[in-house]
Amino acid sequence: MSVLTMSKALAQAMYEEMERDPNVVVLGEEVGAQGGTYGVTAGLFEKFGKDRVRDTPISEGVIVGAAVGAAMNGLRPVAEIMGINFAFLAMDQIVNHAAKIHSMFGGQFRCPLVVRTTSGGGKQLAATHSQTPDVIFAHFPGLKVVAPSTPAEAKALLKASIRTDDPVFFIEHSTMYSERGEVSDDPNFLLPIGKSDIKRKGKDVTIVTYSKMVSISLKAAAELEKEGIDVEIIDLRSLRPLDLDPVFESFKKTNRAVIVEEGWKTFGIGAEVASRIYEECFDYLDAPIERVAQKEVPLPYSAELERAAIPQVKDVIAAVKKVL
Amino acid sequence: MDKAEYVELYKQMVIIRLIEEKCEELYQKSKIGGFMHLYIGQEASGVGAISARLPQDNVITAYRDHGIAIACGMDPKVLMAEMLGKVTGCCKGKGGSMHLADINLRFWGGHAIVGAHLALATGLAWADKQKGSDGVTLCFFGDGASNIGYFHESLNLAAVWKLPVLFICENNHYGMWTPIEDASAVTDIRKKALGYDIPSDVCDGMDLLAVRKASEKAIAHIRSGKGPFFLEVMTYRYRGHSMGDQRPYRTADEIKDWQTKDPIGKFEPVMMKSGITKEQIESIHAESSKIVEEAVRFAEESPFPPMEELYTDIYVENQ
Ligand SMILES: Cc1ncc(C[n+]2csc(CCOP(=O)(O)OP(=O)(O)O)c2C)c(N)n1
Ligand SMILES: [Mg+2]
Repeated sequence: MSVLTMSKALAQAMYEEMERDPNVVVLGEEVGAQGGTYGVTAGLFEKFGKDRVRDTPISEGVIVGAAVGAAMNGLRPVAEIMGINFAFLAMDQIVNHAAKIHSMFGGQFRCPLVVRTTSGGGKQLAATHSQTPDVIFAHFPGLKVVAPSTPAEAKALLKASIRTDDPVFFIEHSTMYSERGEVSDDPNFLLPIGKSDIKRKGKDVTIVTYSKMVSISLKAAAELEKEGIDVEIIDLRSLRPLDLDPVFESFKKTNRAVIVEEGWKTFGIGAEVASRIYEECFDYLDAPIERVAQKEVPLPYSAELERAAIPQVKDVIAAVKKVL
Repeated sequence: MDKAEYVELYKQMVIIRLIEEKCEELYQKSKIGGFMHLYIGQEASGVGAISARLPQDNVITAYRDHGIAIACGMDPKVLMAEMLGKVTGCCKGKGGSMHLADINLRFWGGHAIVGAHLALATGLAWADKQKGSDGVTLCFFGDGASNIGYFHESLNLAAVWKLPVLFICENNHYGMWTPIEDASAVTDIRKKALGYDIPSDVCDGMDLLAVRKASEKAIAHIRSGKGPFFLEVMTYRYRGHSMGDQRPYRTADEIKDWQTKDPIGKFEPVMMKSGITKEQIESIHAESSKIVEEAVRFAEESPFPPMEELYTDIYVENQ
């Protein structure tokens, strides 16, 4: 175990996988000698050279498109899209190609591709650069969507994403790159994609969340504990496949749930998870399920306004109290 | 090229023509569904260019893909079965007319989002280069596709990374119902390659030998390590953009005029000059008809995919 930042943990995942498999290649804007906009590819260019760590033009469509073609033809590309807001320019390649190539051609082609990107608000980047549209990418069968909440899991899940033969959309949170945590040094430590994780055991309320909102929920739980409220927190870790069995199990014990996501509420992850709980656990329901999500506005620049729009610890506390 | 190859390529063009006519008939009988785009008139383009490839070379194209599939060596039976949505089709009935493919022929598909496969082509070529193969990727697309962002992103990337891609623009003068001059600032599409410093050439797409020669030259250029090349093939589709297209955006005279340059008819005197007889040509037609008839029978007799197929191949892992 070593204590690493999130960005270092992610870099280590790529480094180890590139060492293990010569077909793993990295491409994206500024990923080479510059080491990536958020430093996540630092050190790869020096070690593996310019053929395997490729700077691209500012061409999101062909970055993902070239990665899909290369994946079909035997490479295992890890494409960095500088921000999830720019992934919309590659949306066609992500949803019409990466997610479809295997099934539409009757299983002939494989697309072992990872598209890494960074999501989330909180850095005063205003409306086009602060979105958390993670759920959009989770809508498409054929694509896997992973979003880790700790450095250890970021490393283990990125390694698993590189090794799976399916395309993975890998979402990092833009404000979490310098968060530290214990990370396994074992190059063969992987976590399975599509398994939720219980981040805190509790008996009174089930919180379902993922990515940055895990730490917000943990802080809320610590506050609530002082008032004698015992919260269980489930981290989805992957939005597709969506592993809700631990959620149902927890809900059958607590009979109350709050879903916390950074993105907008309308058609959001909370809507999906809540209706699945209603479908599976109707007889166990003691209160309507609460959803904590971003206010329904394009995110403003001004700091106080931005903070008001993004879910905070106090919002989670209020929601928990509401379902009790 | 020797006599045997003349016969082989001529036969490919005839089979494509007959398959397309058959597809037209089966579509009208509602045996084929979806969007379907016929290659009639453009046969020399695909056959000529693909005949110049080596086994390690890739081919990728758009939705107008039946002729390209045959030129790549796809079995007409497997093609026809896919058209009919049968489990014996090249994609088990999941792709249909616009998405033919065969990985064993290095035919990477028909793709139906205009321009998107130009990006895939750069990736196919990148993977070959990275793995030390000297394979060249032949990427076919229409004149209309040269107006989409992907075209420009892909040409630029191919040039910057010196990727072994042969961009083949099949200029049939229309994108759907819009004539090229109403959609593209330049009507000589190859001029767009200049902007990326990619060398280019143009050839008569109704002339099999012209396409073959230009493709050979282009492929040799690319295989010698000089990066991408752009070939504009001047051609014409006799039928509408897709089935059911009866719009009056072009004149009957224009169509007739192009038909006088028919790629199949035009090649016959060339064959005869080389000593191939009229009888031999007739027997090629008879043989091709039989192949297509058999393909249709195979497709008709094949089963539809069983319901279990609905959930296969969504993911490789965690099915
Ligand atoms: C991105 C996208 N936009 C629009 C369409 C609808 N569409 C299908 S084919 C086509 C015309 C393309 O013309 P061209 O590239 O010249 O190819 P041709 O059909 O002439 O072979 C259009 C607009 C599409 N499939 N994809
Ligand atoms: Mg056209």
